[in-house]
Amino acid sequence: MSDWRMRAEAHRAVRILRVVEEAEGVSTLYFGDALCRKAQPGQFIMVWPPGAEEVPMSLSTIGGESSITVKAVGPTSRRLTSLGEGDLIMIRGPFGRGFTLMGEKPLLVAGGTGVAPIKPLVEEMLSRGLKPTLILGARTKDRLLFLNRLRRLLGSKLHIATDDGSLGFSGPASKYAERLLDEGCFDAVYACGPEAMMAALYRAAERRGLPIQVSLERYMKCAIGLCGSCAIGPYRVCRDGPVFNGEMLRRVLDEFGRRRLDPSGRSTPLEE
Amino acid sequence: MAEIRLAIEIAGLNLRNPVMNAAGILGLTADLLRRVYEEGAGAVVTKSIGLKPRMGHPNPTVAIVEGGLINAMGLPNPGVEYFLGELEKLKAGGIPVVASFFGETLDEFVEVASRLSEAGVDALELNCSCPNVEGVGILGSDPGAVKRVTEAVKGCVDKPLFVKLSPNVSDITEIARAAERGGADGLTAVNTLRAIALSIEARRPILSNVTGGLSGPALKPVALRCVWEIYEAVEIPIIGCGGITTWRDAVEYLLAGASALQVGTAIMTRGLRVFREINMGLRNYLEENGFREVSELVGLAHES
Repeated sequence: MSDWRMRAEAHRAVRILRVVEEAEGVSTLYFGDALCRKAQPGQFIMVWPPGAEEVPMSLSTIGGESSITVKAVGPTSRRLTSLGEGDLIMIRGPFGRGFTLMGEKPLLVAGGTGVAPIKPLVEEMLSRGLKPTLILGARTKDRLLFLNRLRRLLGSKLHIATDDGSLGFSGPASKYAERLLDEGCFDAVYACGPEAMMAALYRAAERRGLPIQVSLERYMKCAIGLCGSCAIGPYRVCRDGPVFNGEMLRRVLDEFGRRRLDPSGRSTPLEE
Repeated sequence: MAEIRLAIEIAGLNLRNPVMNAAGILGLTADLLRRVYEEGAGAVVTKSIGLKPRMGHPNPTVAIVEGGLINAMGLPNPGVEYFLGELEKLKAGGIPVVASFFGETLDEFVEVASRLSEAGVDALELNCSCPNVEGVGILGSDPGAVKRVTEAVKGCVDKPLFVKLSPNVSDITEIARAAERGGADGLTAVNTLRAIALSIEARRPILSNVTGGLSGPALKPVALRCVWEIYEAVEIPIIGCGGITTWRDAVEYLLAGASALQVGTAIMTRGLRVFREINMGLRNYLEENGFREVSELVGLAHES
């Protein structure tokens, strides 16, 4: 039996190196961790600020430093966004299956904080010589995350969509994506954001015969594939996901974009 | 050469092999349990179902320690009324189902068991040993209470009833005998061992519930000793549970007196293929040692 305390599943303490405010109520917390350094884009960690709850978060930076990008919505995320340099958080992971690279000219679509796992994916794709195009979507231009960084990485291959039309395309990112898919010669689709957006993109990709991967989110307890609280169909989001491909999504169409399990295990309508 | 059979009979249940998932592991939905069966389990065990929906404890609910895992989920479950729908889906697939259940009062135990039984489950597993919910675990350490609740449930259901025992007692044979006298058809040994994990950096307990239950390889020698003692104390069959990760662990449990096995934490370390791995190893062990059936191994180490 190898050393269990060295397993990725074990809790470890990390200190926050710095905090960058990305938008109002949205912060990126940077830290160093040997295991997160080797994560795949799309993998997540469980983050526990002692005194609050432990929650799943996508890694928004993978490399020498790691980061999570948190939107203050509940008590735990508010606690996380209130932390500063030197503060301690407990983490475990990285968990799950991340994105796998497919195609030469992929279209990526990120909505809101869904850009968190998409940013390291863009970096990975560029480092492997792929030519990704990204639609970055948000409600308003003030809520577009990592805009400068992504513009530097992608130049003219970065497209913007805002719900209020304050910058770029006016309307949902998924609608803009359909237009680009019809104009361009994309050979794969990736998405992370509100589930309704991802469901629309799944249908758009299926209609065009394109492979797709999306990153799902569900209420989670153990994160190690044991408790079943993050079930969607026969899959555990924590272990079989969080990245789902078209073949997996086809098996969960009665839930994807529609329903989720609540913490007691009852299926309830998805509200976003 | 005679054919090797993994199939077993336990308390009237005929299963294609002796390996199940442990209660609490993936048993929240029919779809997940169907997958456990497709991955090779001989039967599936549901999450412990109670009368009303429960959210369970807040996270953190698990902590890794040396050789194992401590969890305090807090019996999250959708409640019996809702869960009947999941059971219907499962039974439509013809999968052998053991329904784990609990109550906060004797009447609740009886009501939940009756409703699960009417839904057509193949057997019931009475959880009186959860270490993480006040009341439920205490029941399991009181022989008189275990006998009463077992009797009450047996009086209302006609399905095989297993009573899942707690290792958090000074004499587990006393509880085992109480369950047997109450009419249990079998015993599951054991639930998790009360434990705690601390963070030296945060200087506090990791689990929101402070204490939890230890599972995995660290629990195995304790659980195996429990099975050994229970086998010598009662006539009814035992389902062994606690740290089973490989076919070697499985053989040890059978030799100690278990007739069937449950696997939990090993799904983290080995993945869902653990059911096939254990069954394959078990088949090879039987073949190489001149046995034809799993039942030939049960309790064999007591004869030496």
